[in-house]
Amino acid sequence: MIQHVFLWTDTLIFILLVAVLGFAWFARNKEHLRAPWREVVRSRMAVASLVVLSIYTITGLLDSVHFRKALPTQEGQQEVQYSGDVLSVLDTLLGPMRTQDEKTYSAPFAAYLYARETVTGADGEKLRIFPRLEYGGAGLTDPATQKGADIARRTVTALAEAVAVLLLLYGMLGLRLASKWRQSWMSALGAIAKGTSDVPWRTALLTLGVFVLLIALVVNLSGAYHLLGTDKVGQDVLYQTIKSIRTGLVIGTLTTLVMLPFAVFLGMMAGYFRGWVDDVIQYIYTTLNSIPGVLLIAAAVMMMQVYVANHPELFETMAERADIRLLFLVLILGITSWTGLCRLLRGETLKLRELDYVQAADAFGVAKSSILVRHLLPNLMHLVMIAVVLDFSGLVLAEAVLSYVGVGVDPTTQSWGNMINRARLEMAREPMVWWSLLASFSFMFTLVLAANLFSDVVRDAFDPRLRAQR
Amino acid sequence: MSETLLQVKELSVRIGTGDSAIRPVDAVSFEIRRGETFALLGESGCGKSMTALALLRLLPQPAGEIVGGSVRLSGEELLSLPENGMRAVRGGRIAMIFQEPMTSLNPVMTIGDQISESLEQHKGLRGAQARRRVVELLDDVGIPDAAHRYGEYPHQLSGGMKQRVMIAIALAGDPDLLIADEPTTALDVTIQAQVLELIRNLQKKHGMAVLLITHDLGVVSEMADRIAVMYAGQLVEQAPRKLFFGQAQHPYSHKLFAALPDASKREERLTVIPGTVPLLNQTFYGCRFADRCERAWDICRGQVPDWFETSPEKGEAPGVQGVRCHLADPTLSAPTDRTVVDDTAAQPARTAPAPQNVLLEVDGLKVHFPIHKGLFKRVVGQVRAVDGVSMSIAGGQTLALVGESGCGKTTVGKGILQLLKTTAGSVRFKSVELTRLTSKALRSRRSDFQIIFQDPYSSMNPRMSVVDIIEEGMIAQRIGSNAQQRRHRAQDLLRQVGLRPEHIHHYPHEFSGGQRQRICIARALAVNPQLIICDEPTSALDVSVQAQILNLLQDLQRELGLSFLFITHDLSVVSYIADRVAVMYLGRIVEEGDVNEVLEDPKHPYTQALLSAVPRIDGESERKVIRLEGDLPSPSNPPQGCHFHPRCRQARPECRKSYPKVTRLSETRLVRCHLMDSQVK
Repeated sequence: MIQHVFLWTDTLIFILLVAVLGFAWFARNKEHLRAPWREVVRSRMAVASLVVLSIYTITGLLDSVHFRKALPTQEGQQEVQYSGDVLSVLDTLLGPMRTQDEKTYSAPFAAYLYARETVTGADGEKLRIFPRLEYGGAGLTDPATQKGADIARRTVTALAEAVAVLLLLYGMLGLRLASKWRQSWMSALGAIAKGTSDVPWRTALLTLGVFVLLIALVVNLSGAYHLLGTDKVGQDVLYQTIKSIRTGLVIGTLTTLVMLPFAVFLGMMAGYFRGWVDDVIQYIYTTLNSIPGVLLIAAAVMMMQVYVANHPELFETMAERADIRLLFLVLILGITSWTGLCRLLRGETLKLRELDYVQAADAFGVAKSSILVRHLLPNLMHLVMIAVVLDFSGLVLAEAVLSYVGVGVDPTTQSWGNMINRARLEMAREPMVWWSLLASFSFMFTLVLAANLFSDVVRDAFDPRLRAQR
Repeated sequence: MSETLLQVKELSVRIGTGDSAIRPVDAVSFEIRRGETFALLGESGCGKSMTALALLRLLPQPAGEIVGGSVRLSGEELLSLPENGMRAVRGGRIAMIFQEPMTSLNPVMTIGDQISESLEQHKGLRGAQARRRVVELLDDVGIPDAAHRYGEYPHQLSGGMKQRVMIAIALAGDPDLLIADEPTTALDVTIQAQVLELIRNLQKKHGMAVLLITHDLGVVSEMADRIAVMYAGQLVEQAPRKLFFGQAQHPYSHKLFAALPDASKREERLTVIPGTVPLLNQTFYGCRFADRCERAWDICRGQVPDWFETSPEKGEAPGVQGVRCHLADPTLSAPTDRTVVDDTAAQPARTAPAPQNVLLEVDGLKVHFPIHKGLFKRVVGQVRAVDGVSMSIAGGQTLALVGESGCGKTTVGKGILQLLKTTAGSVRFKSVELTRLTSKALRSRRSDFQIIFQDPYSSMNPRMSVVDIIEEGMIAQRIGSNAQQRRHRAQDLLRQVGLRPEHIHHYPHEFSGGQRQRICIARALAVNPQLIICDEPTSALDVSVQAQILNLLQDLQRELGLSFLFITHDLSVVSYIADRVAVMYLGRIVEEGDVNEVLEDPKHPYTQALLSAVPRIDGESERKVIRLEGDLPSPSNPPQGCHFHPRCRQARPECRKSYPKVTRLSETRLVRCHLMDSQVK
């Protein structure tokens, strides 16, 4: 028995997903929209980063389907009571990682705690030792001698599984392409392996292979060890980092969703109508631009916190409370970040409105609204596309910075910013705890790097000047 | 004089690699002698500019590559020179000026600094010495008050002045050869005449050779000693000027002459060259011109023609005439000249327009643009782009509006269409005052008058297919009751303008310039207009394509009884297509009349100067050009009195005081000039 929970951000994420899929469907038959994307998927760099981004996205989507489990019914109870814990599909997949909490810090792959504790020995003597972990390496009788062999055995299993999955994928891709190209299966496989196909499938497969291997390692090892250690309260760090993916993606994508209507609508209005409309819009964004962004965000988040604290009846669970703060952060980030794109679009519209085809439409008596929609908007889309992709990585980083400063997401929300914030103290500790910072850093780095590489290729493909050179 | 300066042999250039590689220059050979002007003539896309860039080894990198041949400058091979040796050649021994003076100068450096940069590089001059030389050079190229101009920036100069500065930079290295790549294409005729004269004088003074690259037969006939015609990457004909203009041999050269619009061709259709220049990424198995040549026979498609030279007969101009055509092969006997009689050439293309009732009447039209300044955007002045223009167009008639760029002729067109807010005056279309209509009422009348723009590349939304583009106006004007009907109409229109109806789902970038202009015409026709304002519809096109479009416009006028307001700066087009002409100068019409009256007997000094500045191709370069001093004044601050008096040779005291009134010379003829006042009195 479960009860579905629709968090605000979940709903928005799925709306965004539907919008993206809808746009892809719409663009399918439009040559001028398809051509640059075809260019994009021919670049090896883009395909590799696209694979990375899709894996992050899938993780984020799995983490966006929330529900509450029913509590076991007590005697004399009429209604079903649901647990206060809001879980996601990802939580159930990660299973043991979520539940196997230790007492406090432990290093990656450790079998002992990272801190000494005073325990009472069998003979009543008080000892200060590193006690064994409850779950990490629990199956071993003598970790010092057995751990290496155990890890090696599990790694080999993971490797074998990964290779098997990869070969399966390779074969399936071969079948699919063979029917598409009207070739034999073997020749399709050969084309993929040699890297002669238009779309660099080999690169895609290899990148995917790396992730399949990583996943296989996690599956095989995470039950028995804490791969990236545990944090102060004994929670698995790997679990936290994976859960943080959703937060990063929400900030990166939903902020854009909030920002776009402002930027596109106001930018086009200002550029096309000019006169007083332009003046008003310009004054709004210059004013907004001259307020320090962090200050505005801090003020807004503080207000939100007070509101949430005063209205506990509106929020049934902790998760909902944290979610509303995340949503609010997204909104306020969106409101402060539309000005740049708006200014760009205004300039471009000013240029476009003087072009002959807009004048021709005017001469035909076409209504202003349809000039905006039919003539201006499609010719601005490439700028929007480039801005969205470029902004994404900046926003993911902004979340980390804001959470570090303390005005970011709720402390209970798993996020890279929060992890880095906590790591500030861990790094000052002796002996140093480094794995928390390293884990969040490397996950964020991979995402941002992939996004940046991808956006470079997208920008090049959409840039008409570069396209003319080819 | 007859010493060879530059010898180019079998020069070939390739751009790109693999199957898509194009060969814009394919085994081109020519020689330029010291002190002569050698013209390279051809349509766009024929490889003229690439040839020039290859001579200087400035091909676009990394795609461009010289794949063969030799270029010798005074016997020295340029293609094997190391790059730093080449730098001494560029600017030092061979200098180049470009088409677009606006973008060839660095906007943040003073013109003096830009010239002395070149002096320092090639002559090692610095400081005061360099400064003195810069002033000399500026004097040389006819920039008045040179010492003062040293510190000015490019934006402070007009287009003609900028081209002069470019020439000064080119002269700084004292080159043996000046490559001029379409040096006057971006300039007005009166400025063009000035610049061409300047180049001629400098050439005499310095003894330079000039390689002139152009598509304009008129310019060629004025300037060139010898001419080479380039087609699809090859030279197809080479001849001294007299021979070329007297007895050109290659069919392509013939066609170029025939396609020029001219008053004498008014009664017939212009000869067009069907099709377009072939793509240069293919291997040719025959003559490259065969597909467009009406004298082609079997061998032209099967065998690549050789280069045939005919030696000059005694007493003729020096130099040999050469041609790449099977017709010139003495060993072949060409089939008898089966010049196909153009099926439409015979029938008179024009019937004298029956005088009809007035369709459009413009009275005292003014379009002023306010100049805002300061914090509160106070209006500190007005740009008087159009300052009291009156005209009328009868049904089925063509009125040409002629003038230099910046005189406000496009603004008149947009003002009539109410695309710009008019400041004063009235525009009556079929007796309905357009300036006072509400926007809704105006919108419903918009189907009556349409516009065709100059640039066929920017006048269509690149993201819409042809059918969407043509149907847009029909939907807005509610023409055609359903999608089916509109689709049929769009297909009919495409057929009417000479395109294939299957093309309706293509996008604009898939068409050539001429085809796009046809689509624009179809789009305008879609709403059944009675008046079409053609804003320089052919100035972005090649001569042969221009002829196609002009023919099409003539046909449509005859079939549909359209009226045209034809805005142009090209007087040869005017003489071909117009019934009446109005000459505009600085926002006002200075002369108006029937086309023959105005072009044959111009009364206003400006019209006279404009007409004399047009280069002619009759080979007589001895005609007298009335040189106009200076440039068009700014419309924000027009001269006192007659706007033209500062540039007018016949100016009198009263010209400085008051703007001349309209003098009606005859029923059809109007002039605004004080000279006329006195004559009439």
